[in-house]
Amino acid sequence: MSDVKTEGLLSQETRDRIAELMSRYPKARSAILPALHVVQEQLGWVPEEAQDEVARIFDMPPAEVRSLVTFYYMYHRKPVGKYVLKVCRSISCWLRGSEKLEHNLCEHLGVEPGEMTEDGMFTVVHGECLAACVNAPCMQVNDRFMLDVDPDKVSDIVAQLKAGDPKYPAAAESWQRPEAK
Amino acid sequence: MGTKVIFEKLGIDGIESLKVYQKNEGYEGLKKALNDYTPDELIEYIKGSGLRGRGGAGFPTGLKWSFVPKNPGKPKYLCVNCDESEPGTCKDRDMVTYLPHQLLEGIAICCYAVGIEKAFIYIRGEMLEGAEILEKAVEEAVKKKLLGNNILGKGFNLDVVVHRGAGAYICGEESALLSSLEGERGFPRLKPPFPAVEGLYACPTVINNVETLSTLPAIMRKGAEWYSSMGTDRSKGTRVLCLSGHVNKPGNYELELGTSMRELIEVHGGGVMGGELKAIIPGGASAPMLTKEHLDVSLDFEAIAEAGSMAGSGAVIIINDKTCIVRTCLNLDQFFEEESCGKCTPCREGTKWLVDILTRMVNGQGREEDIDLLKSVCDNLCGKSFCPLGDSATSCITSAFQYFPEEFEHYVKHGCSILDAKKEMAAN
Repeated sequence: MSDVKTEGLLSQETRDRIAELMSRYPKARSAILPALHVVQEQLGWVPEEAQDEVARIFDMPPAEVRSLVTFYYMYHRKPVGKYVLKVCRSISCWLRGSEKLEHNLCEHLGVEPGEMTEDGMFTVVHGECLAACVNAPCMQVNDRFMLDVDPDKVSDIVAQLKAGDPKYPAAAESWQRPEAK
Repeated sequence: MGTKVIFEKLGIDGIESLKVYQKNEGYEGLKKALNDYTPDELIEYIKGSGLRGRGGAGFPTGLKWSFVPKNPGKPKYLCVNCDESEPGTCKDRDMVTYLPHQLLEGIAICCYAVGIEKAFIYIRGEMLEGAEILEKAVEEAVKKKLLGNNILGKGFNLDVVVHRGAGAYICGEESALLSSLEGERGFPRLKPPFPAVEGLYACPTVINNVETLSTLPAIMRKGAEWYSSMGTDRSKGTRVLCLSGHVNKPGNYELELGTSMRELIEVHGGGVMGGELKAIIPGGASAPMLTKEHLDVSLDFEAIAEAGSMAGSGAVIIINDKTCIVRTCLNLDQFFEEESCGKCTPCREGTKWLVDILTRMVNGQGREEDIDLLKSVCDNLCGKSFCPLGDSATSCITSAFQYFPEEFEHYVKHGCSILDAKKEMAAN
């Protein structure tokens, strides 16, 4: 009876966006991954309470939402920094210095991969092939690309992000339209 | 530098907007399809172009469409595979970012031919920018009656939904993509039934790659005959090759099928960077390695298969002679271990075993029996996993044993890489 919880974490806007997403599909459940993206956009990560709220919206068991959040890498199950720095470690980037890039970033920020800096600004994670192999090594800042990253210039990147330079992370300077090759 | 089909319009400023795209023959291919062909005629026309799927398997596109039942009594769907995740592959990203309307036009042509009114673009979650660009392009096209209801006044309806994944390589496998799109874990499904008969929501479904669909507008505008005049006997047209790794000019190069590996690397890629050529992975991380002996192999589906590898996703990864092959295998298999979906035991356990063994070799703790153990794990994994991911994890090791066995032997005998030993000898 007292089972009804106050719907705490998800904002009305998030709920409205999820409802709209559900209407796009013949079966509403198809909207679950996009819905979890919306939740993460609002909260920065996907806490278990939020997963439970999503489960109620989709009328599915919380365990099934849990099984999705643990399967797909993009959902953060613990708080992350304001900027998530995802360094690609797959073959094309690895051949061109991704190990050094990740190492320099972690050293500069004083964290291990997966950890958040104490000031809550940065989390460094490694990603699998991000599909920017001809611009290796690459990384993403909050899911936006930085290409042809120079591992020796990580301190510049960090400084610019800290300063709130609007160019970061919207686009890396080197990212321009490729020529028709 | 040769005829362009997919990237013909790439250099045009602002081509990502509908206005500029339309000024440059945009949606003319769709008009032609709707005005001049019945759906059945259109399928035959595309069959005649010789276009084959660019996702990896190279299946003839028109033939794939023809497998979809005409009047199944339930909806039919198109799923566009834009879950580009095969290491080395980054062509879809350019097509989506710079030529979104070309993809949408291709989608509309395909859906008209097959009688589909709902299409989903499954774009990998990491391509946030691409998804935003596509959403905007869909909106623009609907406003101009190029998508949506009663397209071009011809009574053809098509709703396109951009769907973001959330980080799982396996979802590029078509049956796993369907599971994911239905809101499940991305587990592959048993085939048959094939998606053409029972796909999304158990309805007939076409699954096509971004590059395949992006080729259609030009085929409609310039003719199937024009398209099939390019390429080799069995691999027609052009293909975007993603050249990465140790080359001076990495890039996405659109070349006629039949171009040699040598031309791609030396002429277009500006030659090998930082050393001599050691190995070539010609079709993404899943493809077996080749060596400099194979420089004159042509980059079409048949020739690469004959050389003992596969053309796969068109990702050509170059490895120079300063690179340790055992470490390379470890990097490749760390990917497959991380991305194994866990559904079947051979793949879930096998990929972990491969990484464990290679890790201890690289750490100087390899055992002599590890070489046979690696081969045995590969043997128990390849062909015995539920989907091709398991096979893929063995490609690098099996081919590395074929071409560079001494590197593994050196590791287990001396606890270090043969390259480090050579360096030390040179220093002394």
